Amino acid sequence: MCKDMEYFDNRGKAAIEARFSEQVKEESGTDIDRCYQCLTCSLGCPSAFAMDYLPHQIVRMVQMGLREQVLTSSTIWVCADCHTCATRCPNEVDLVKIMDVLRATSMREGLAKERGVADFHRIFLGNIRQWGRQHELSLIIKLKLKTRDLFSDLPLGIKMMLKGKLKPFPGRFNEIKKVRDIFKGTE
Amino acid sequence: MSQQTAINLKYAYYPGCSLEATAREYDLSVRAVCARLRIELAELHDWNCCGASSGHSTSRRLAGNLAGRNLALAEAMGMDIAVACPACYIRLRSAQNELKQDKERRDELTRLTGLSYQAEYGTRHLLDIIVNDLGLENLKAKVVKPLKGLKLAAYYGCYLVRPPEIVGFDDPENPQCLDALLDALGAEVRDWSGKVDCCGGSLSLSKRDMASQMVAELIDMARRAGAEALVAACPLCHANLEMRQPGGDDGKMPIFYFTELIGLAMGIAEAGSWLKKHLVSPFGLLNSLGL
Repeated sequence: MCKDMEYFDNRGKAAIEARFSEQVKEESGTDIDRCYQCLTCSLGCPSAFAMDYLPHQIVRMVQMGLREQVLTSSTIWVCADCHTCATRCPNEVDLVKIMDVLRATSMREGLAKERGVADFHRIFLGNIRQWGRQHELSLIIKLKLKTRDLFSDLPLGIKMMLKGKLKPFPGRFNEIKKVRDIFKGTE
Repeated sequence: MSQQTAINLKYAYYPGCSLEATAREYDLSVRAVCARLRIELAELHDWNCCGASSGHSTSRRLAGNLAGRNLALAEAMGMDIAVACPACYIRLRSAQNELKQDKERRDELTRLTGLSYQAEYGTRHLLDIIVNDLGLENLKAKVVKPLKGLKLAAYYGCYLVRPPEIVGFDDPENPQCLDALLDALGAEVRDWSGKVDCCGGSLSLSKRDMASQMVAELIDMARRAGAEALVAACPLCHANLEMRQPGGDDGKMPIFYFTELIGLAMGIAEAGSWLKKHLVSPFGLLNSLGL
């Protein structure tokens, strides 16, 4: 590749990277440039033990425009959505909203590394669209089928059925059309 | 007494999906206890799922509109909403906050649902209502069977206290209202450092091992503080703490809903039938204390 081409190619890449940081800032409504890497988020994070990048590293990576690494990370999916980081951040960087944008983008582009969690969200919303309310038994069965993990919780499931903790069928919902209109109008 | 009769507590009740199934006993105990405390709950007609974590992880607008429909239904009833599940509570309050500030989004909600919404009524959690609207003195006056000798740790979890600018009716790091409520019921309340630590409930189905590890740490912390049972106000925490707790059936720590304990202390006869639904039986512990 001639020098000029390389120059333009790198410029294109830099532009994409800068756009990613801007996109996250805009969609999350939080100014990630305020982060000064104090690590408060990572130190208090209850999911940190299962993450490939710690929360403060994700913020830095977004600033640097490392789009693919961020969107294919485990971190964004093993985040338990507990709000500890955003509550304790001394600089009002709302990592919860950033994680939402990253998850939504990752899912939209088929990049989700933790497929089980992404599948869970899809099935969860599919059920609401179908019935208006969540039906836990079918949520569990669909997730187990999708992730081919049929037996790990079977004794527990049977115990819950016997205790009357899992409703066999979804209930009737009068205005299901309204709920479907919400999905159609906002997805 | 005159103060007590002057209170007129009436709310639009939003149970949320879990209370129809895995947390059936929470719903039953909420309704029974509120009826006896003269807190009137009129169930929101035809309420829909709030979207939970899956909603806002996918699309903030979708989450806002799903929760928004319920808010608009309650506004039509002219009442504040009483919510049992903290995960629903945070979704409804977040949506209320976003819709209040954004007329375009309120218009979109009206276009999609045919309901008008001005964000004029509040969204309250039942713990907040019982502690702050009814008041612990009024609750204490109804206690006929104090929970004497029952060593409890109050577990608040995430969404009752975080984010404080959206939900907070108590301190985000060291809340006290549930501790004070259990104290009013006559229990021995243990101070501990796990009260606002996350149990991993949102990952209980999709990342089982992670949730198990987070639950094990909490149970261990509660034990070290001298507690014999945990008290929750969230159906997702309750299910996760029961399902993912390590150890055999005999060694597990019972998890109560706060409303079940109010029911027990008020001598409500059905309380036993709520507790029978638990995956970890609390009867050994209660019998040993004559409760």
